Order: sequence, then structure tokens, then C-alpha cells
Amino acid sequence: MNQEELKNKISEIKDKLESIEQPLENRMYLTCKAENNYDISKFLFEDVKARFVTVTGIDAEHCFEVLYHFSYDQTSCVITVKAIISDRENPSIESITSILPAAEWIEREIHDVLGIDFKNHPNMRRLILSDDWPEGVYPLRKEIKK
Amino acid sequence: MKESIKKPVLAVGPFHPLQEEMEFFQLTVDGEIVTDIDVRISYNHRGIEKISETLQFDQVPYLVSRICGICSASHPLAYVQAVEEIAGITPPERALYVRTIINELERIHSHMLWVGLAGHFIGYDTVFMWAWKYREPVLDLLEEITGNRNNYGNVKIGGCREDVPNEIIGKMLKELDALEKKTDMLTKAVLDDPVLHARLKGVGILSYEDAVKYAVTGPTARGSGVAIDVRRDDPYAAYADLDWNVITQPEGDVFAKAVVRLLEVFESIKIIRQAAKKLPDGPIAVEVKEIPAGEAVGHTEAPRGETFHYVRSDGGNRPVRHKVRAPSFVNVPSFKASCIGEEIPDVTITLAAVDPCYSCTERLAVIDENNKIVHDYETLLKLSREKTAKMKKEML
Repeated sequence: MNQEELKNKISEIKDKLESIEQPLENRMYLTCKAENNYDISKFLFEDVKARFVTVTGIDAEHCFEVLYHFSYDQTSCVITVKAIISDRENPSIESITSILPAAEWIEREIHDVLGIDFKNHPNMRRLILSDDWPEGVYPLRKEIKK
Repeated sequence: MKESIKKPVLAVGPFHPLQEEMEFFQLTVDGEIVTDIDVRISYNHRGIEKISETLQFDQVPYLVSRICGICSASHPLAYVQAVEEIAGITPPERALYVRTIINELERIHSHMLWVGLAGHFIGYDTVFMWAWKYREPVLDLLEEITGNRNNYGNVKIGGCREDVPNEIIGKMLKELDALEKKTDMLTKAVLDDPVLHARLKGVGILSYEDAVKYAVTGPTARGSGVAIDVRRDDPYAAYADLDWNVITQPEGDVFAKAVVRLLEVFESIKIIRQAAKKLPDGPIAVEVKEIPAGEAVGHTEAPRGETFHYVRSDGGNRPVRHKVRAPSFVNVPSFKASCIGEEIPDVTITLAAVDPCYSCTERLAVIDENNKIVHDYETLLKLSREKTAKMKKEML
């Protein structure tokens, strides 16, 4: 696929997206609601054949953002799916580990540092926090002082 | 047998006397065969991402170059590229070439380090001595250019801190000629050695499908036939202007990964030669004022694979979020696919084959059902070496 075909392919899932931004020719940001992320990530990995890179969790004060980064290496395009979680009290999102084992660690890490629950994750143990770290304290949340 | 009765677990870690950093592998074993693997990490968690939010944009490169002593050129470069993307900064041509040279010197010394360690693991200490000796002049060159053998801190937003002086280029090319000859000899010795073939071929196979599913990168992916390389796929620095090849091997075993790394050393030498020849005159940095609000990703091909940074700015003087993904973060979990079904003596080298920013195994013990230690680190290394020796004998 060239970049034009890639854009057309991605527009197939337009109705699941809130917006598509393209600040540079080879950087795409797809914003969606948290509940649509699983389908979009599955589409990018299985249909577009994009390579999974990693996930970034962000405490954006009024909501949480979970950014799934994919790379479509044929056209140098980095595609970022920006899933917005508006429920700050019980933040949760569907895990994509079942389709992409590569996401297992990073989802555990985000669960550790931001307290986001990844539903249907096969192994939600702590990854980077030590066993004696207190429950319910999430170091990357903004209320934790630097 | 009741569920509560634990199967024998072979604990590799959390401290390894040979390689830096700490990781803890728990291998469930049935006799000599590994049936499951569990990896625990973060014994060395330093909260770099959180610290980064407290530093100013121009201070962060020095922080991220300390993520890893070996990849200390790739991390800052990935970060700097992300910030330059936010601010729309184009560094001067010469800076792009200097970045290329430093990053390729880093790749050479990192791959030589791995070749040496891999030799040591299987009882080929001569390879260890040779490879590490050949690596030294590369570190000396880096010291002469940047002031440090590691942690060069040479890249900054808008360009580079230190230039590659024109006077040093002659010496650098001479050192690379010498290195090329030695690496050629070493590569031929490895490729022709029947014992190494027997010892490393078919061991720790990571299939193409698993490599895609586990999203591995770098030589780990290329050794499984996945032809990805950020330098070619999303060219940065001066790579698009230079002529070089992406090395792949289809087999996915330890031998394939070793071959990929050895051949990549030649490609790196090729890249540096061209970069030195084409090195344009001019400044090595542009002035940077404010970093506007925005977000961007930057990625580079580190010796171990893709290093990925995501930076978000709110228009202030510090990043509000800075995410770092080192290549080992995706390469290490692929052990789940490559170690299961292997024999214990082969696991040592399989674990080393992805060149994890690995750590850790003074406290390595195999415990039997009665909690009695049957193997420690020493005896495991011995097992691995004995297997090599036995194969060697059988061949003679």
C-alpha cells in the first residue's frame, strides 16, 4: 500500500473514530472513544498489517488518554490511536493482549503507573512497581508530586 | 499430583555477573526441558519518564542517554527528533552526518560486545577476547570525538554538541579498515566452525509469525526474516543519502541472530565511510528558542532494535509527558516463544541471543522438588560449555 491507499484503508473504520489528524505526511493520529479501541487496533494489526510499537498512557487531568502506537513501515507512517477514557474514577479499557501478545507488558505497566484497568488481560500482575508499593497509589498521575 | 505441588523452577536472576542491568527469569523445567518461562523486571526502575517531566527540554537528552550505557546515542536521538518534530526544527546537514557517524560507531561497539559475550557463554573465550579487543579502538574514537567512551551526550535539540573534526577522519577510516579485516576474519571463523553450527543452529528458534506477534525489533526480528529497520523504513539523520543494506536471515535461531549482527558491522563500516566522505561543511547546530505545544514521536534504530520516544508539550519549558520504549521491552517477552521446549544448556545462549540489556545471574539456582539446589550459575555455565565440548569431541 502507498500512503494514499493507506489513508483510504483507514477511512474504512471512519465511523469508529472521532477524528483523524495528520500533522505530517507520515504521522497519523486517530482519536476514538475507549470502547472502540479494541476493534481499531485489531483492524490496524490484522487488516492493515501495521507493526505494533508500544502504548503510552497519559494523565490529561480531565481524562486519561491511552495511545496505541503502530508503525506502517512501507510508507514510514507512524499511526497513533488515541483512546480517550473520560471516567476518571474507574478508568478502564479493553486489553488487546489477546490479539497482540506484544502488548502484555506495556498494558501491565500502564496499570501499575496510572491505575487503568485493562479488561480481559490474561495476566494483570504488577510489572514495574515493587511488591511492597502501596495499593491505589499511581506514580504517573499528575496529583503525585514530582 | 496436586496442583499445589510446585514444578521445579530454575531461577535465572535477579543479578547477573556478566551483563549490566537486572532481570529475573523463572524457568519451569521438566528434567532438562524448559516448559514455561516467567520474566520479572524493574529491579532497576529509575522513574526516568517521571523525572523527564521535571526537566527542561534541553536537559532531557542527558537524562535519556543514561537509560542505557550502550544505547546512549540512540535514546537521546529519538527524543531530540520528537522535539524537533514538535518545533519544526531542521538541524544543519553536517549535524545529521555527525549523528549518523556516532550512531554507527555505537552499533559497531555494541555488536562486538555481544559477539564477545555470546562466545563466552558457550565456552569460546577466544572469541570473547578477540571481539572485545577489536571493540576498544571504536570506544577510543568515540572518546576522542565526544569526550566519553559511553554516555556521549552528543546530540542536542537543533543539532550536535561536538563536531567530528576533519582531522580525525583519516584516523577513523584507518581504524575502520583494520576493524573490517579483523571482523572479516572473525566472521569467517564463526561461519566455518562446525562446532558453532552444531551448537547454535536450530537453537532458540523464533518463527516469523511469532516475531510479528511479539512485535520484536532489530537483529531479533531480522534474524527471523522480518525485514524492518527504522534507518531504512523511516529515514532520519543522513541514512537516506547513503547506500547500505538491511541484513536478514530467515532461520530465526541463535546462529541467524549472530550472523545478522556480524554482517551489520560491515554495513555500519560502509555507512561511516560514506558519511565521512560526504560530510558537508557548515555549522553543527541551529539556535532553538521556544518549544510550542504539540506532540510527536521519534524513533531510531538502536543496536538492539527500534527505540521509540513520544513527547508531548503544552508550550511550557518542560515536556508534560515523555514515553520511552527501549527495544528490549518487546524483545525480551519473545522468550515465551523461543525458550519453551529448549534444553537448559541452550537457554543460557537463547536468553543472550536477543542481546537484552540483560543482567543478572549470580543468584542462579536450579532447585529440585525438595528445594535442594542442584545447579547454580557456575554449574549452568559449565553445562553450556560441556555441551559445546562434547559436540566438538564427537566431530573430531
